[in-house]
Amino acid sequence: MHIKFERRVEYSRKILISVPVITIALSILISSALLLILGKSVPLTMYSFFIAPFESFYSITEIFLKFGPLLLIAQALAIGFRAKVWNIGAEGQMIMGAIAASAVPVYFVDSTSIFLLPAMLVLGAAGGMGWAAIAAFLRTRFNANEILVTLMLTSIALQVLYYLLLGPWKDPQGFNFPQTVLFQDEALFSPLFQATRLNTSVLIPILFTIGAWVFMEKRFGGFKLQVGGLAPNAAIYAGFSAKGAVWRSLLIAGFAAGLAGMSEVAGPIAQLQRSITSGYGYSAIIVAYLGALHPIGIIFAAFFLAVIQIGGDVALVSAGVPISAVHVFQGLLLVFYLATYTFVNYRLRILRPGKSLPVGATS
Amino acid sequence: MSDSSTTPLLSLRKVSKRYPALIANDQIDLDVMPGSIHAVLGENGAGKSTLMKLIYGVIDADGGEFIWDGERVELRNTATARQLGIGMVFQHFSLFETLSVVENISLTISGTRKELAKRVRELGATFHLEVDPEASVHSLSVGERQRVEIIRCLLQDLKLLILDEPTSVLPPQHVRSLFDALRKLQSNGVSILYISHKLEEIRELCDTATILRGGKVTGIVNPNEKTARELATLMIGRNIPQIEARAHKRDTDTPILEITHLNAKNPDPFGTHLSDINLSVYGGEIVGIAGVSGNGQQELARIISGEDLSHRLSDATIKMLDRPAAALSVTDRRNLGFSFVPEERLGRGAIPPMTLSQNTLLTAYEKGLLNNGFIRKDKLAEYASQCIEDFDVRCSGIDANANSLSGGNLQKFIVGRELMLKPKLLFVSQPTWGVDVGAAVAIRQRLLDLRDEGVAILVISEELEELFEICDRLHVIRDGTLSPPLISSKVTPDDIGEYMIGTANSSDNLSPGVKESTYAHQV
Repeated sequence: MHIKFERRVEYSRKILISVPVITIALSILISSALLLILGKSVPLTMYSFFIAPFESFYSITEIFLKFGPLLLIAQALAIGFRAKVWNIGAEGQMIMGAIAASAVPVYFVDSTSIFLLPAMLVLGAAGGMGWAAIAAFLRTRFNANEILVTLMLTSIALQVLYYLLLGPWKDPQGFNFPQTVLFQDEALFSPLFQATRLNTSVLIPILFTIGAWVFMEKRFGGFKLQVGGLAPNAAIYAGFSAKGAVWRSLLIAGFAAGLAGMSEVAGPIAQLQRSITSGYGYSAIIVAYLGALHPIGIIFAAFFLAVIQIGGDVALVSAGVPISAVHVFQGLLLVFYLATYTFVNYRLRILRPGKSLPVGATS
Repeated sequence: MSDSSTTPLLSLRKVSKRYPALIANDQIDLDVMPGSIHAVLGENGAGKSTLMKLIYGVIDADGGEFIWDGERVELRNTATARQLGIGMVFQHFSLFETLSVVENISLTISGTRKELAKRVRELGATFHLEVDPEASVHSLSVGERQRVEIIRCLLQDLKLLILDEPTSVLPPQHVRSLFDALRKLQSNGVSILYISHKLEEIRELCDTATILRGGKVTGIVNPNEKTARELATLMIGRNIPQIEARAHKRDTDTPILEITHLNAKNPDPFGTHLSDINLSVYGGEIVGIAGVSGNGQQELARIISGEDLSHRLSDATIKMLDRPAAALSVTDRRNLGFSFVPEERLGRGAIPPMTLSQNTLLTAYEKGLLNNGFIRKDKLAEYASQCIEDFDVRCSGIDANANSLSGGNLQKFIVGRELMLKPKLLFVSQPTWGVDVGAAVAIRQRLLDLRDEGVAILVISEELEELFEICDRLHVIRDGTLSPPLISSKVTPDDIGEYMIGTANSSDNLSPGVKESTYAHQV
């Protein structure tokens, strides 16, 4: 007997949808095993992860607060991934967006102008795009691998952030903490509900999602990007620019990540400090894949990851599970997703020797 | 036959191989007698190559049994096959270009280089397979490389030699010497399985032919006793349609495509450099480029299509429709009225996992398929259905994925999509590669009809018969240089062969009146 993989001819929607479900089930199974080894209560942890986040209104608004940036960045990354442009440095683009946006309230500390927030939006997007443009330039001009470049640029962005927080932008009255002044209300999005941190910036990812859907499903530009990813030689044959695809993919991602960074400093954090990204730039990669790189799928995936991030906070307190459990769970998700996704393209066949083929059989 | 034994050397009983989409071999029975040259005949996709790979142990059968010299055997891998005495020469050779002949051989055969070199010379002399054992493989011609592959098989105790389309890579002159060698092998008791779709060759060389169609055996015949036409009918299961070719004069006084002194260095050290290419195509004529593959066809095609702009050619090198075009992009060339059908269908001419209607967008997007950058699904569907209807594309509909179509039907779709652009200059590379006979005839007929409407057509092909059938003028490409234009009605396949092996200029073997003199060739 031996086992082999056969390429599928038809792609079935059923399998495409069952992939994330199986992925999540396997991840829960393995995490449970790990929790048992750690001597933690599995039911309590699972309860904290998946049920507790929905038990209070505040907690639900926190889910949406995390949902926003994850959704925004993942949608943009998915566009690039479909064009096979591997930008894994959304984290760095997010940091640069946050820094550029913060320049406004840092240099205009006393301003109450209504243009503060719009200026921050523009600068945030520009900061992210500028950072992504470096990778696009190096890739198109010198053929430098964008995976490495975007990843290394994230480290540089982090150092730029630390430099500003320890030096020129440090709050003079901040007891030497590495952070800027707290931004004035005019530089912040207004809260949607009393006593919550959820604010109007959540509209940006929703609008962006609609835009991403239209772009990928209805626009010729989106078609060209997909062709570049699926069949690069067909793109060259048709005359679609490969360099254009790299630029477009990276600039879209930089735009979205920059806005996400801006939304953090102009939202829940209300200042520039060291931990502004919460790892959204990396988590968004998992979201993009878990959502099958499809604008609709990504909505569900972003929501799911937002829930477990809030759930992780709850579990830390109620079940004594270390916060790294969330990272382990996210890692399991990605690994199992990639493993399970094999079955979208391939089917498993177990062969027994000597078995003759039934006449007229097809798969 | 040299051996009158009645036990077959190799027998296959109900051997099957299935792939997800099709059954490549369906309960195949095959008997190869000792000392026989046995043809396996079939169209592209009939399952010939799959069957040979099963015998050589490259892939596993899903069912059935193999009997070698009266005993049942399992052919799990190529090592088992070689131990039994089976050798195979693939269509694409497996030699390291940077190593010498004897170095290549010593990778799989034990013995010192000196001994091996001696045996290579001996075997070469015995079987008319002369080759210099110390020569580097990259300096050898295709025919010589093929000899190295055959000698490598002979160095083991060879009882059965499998040859997959051995003549498809050879110029006509080298086919003769290959046949001599094979007959010599036969008289020494080696059986040969000879895979081909070339009927005349099989009639000349083989004593038995097993005919495959759609993965099944449809006949076992003595090919000498059948006409080529009868064999073809067995092979495709119906009568072959005939091409209707009328005489036609050029429609334009100036060339629609004109290439002058094109030189292009290949960045790959083992790639082909193009040197001093001169070529012109007038309206209402078909110009063909013949040649053994790997002589610069792909490089030239990418330069003419505009896919490769890296050579920074001076503007006047390529003129299309009286415009300097060397610096124009693919899109600009298309806008001038140029259309191109590449030799690779999946992944270049079409996007495999996308539907036919999406695939129309690849080149036809300026034909009203867009509205301010928005894709007009209804127009896409209209364009695709018209293409499917006009060009008789057999598929499940406009939503069929490109990779679900057979090679022939996808080619008809791509040719159709390009013709619907109403080109004034059409360039088709390998129009009928891997295409079934019916579709091939339909495509050639389309090209002739288009020529009669005044379109300038350039065709690159490795099938000489095809070029003779449709072309008005022919060039031969060899090692990156192009022969002068030859008038196809006056030239013989042997003349073309002289150019393919590079002896045309040094000898007077050409038929009279071959070289074009009626039209002054502007350079």
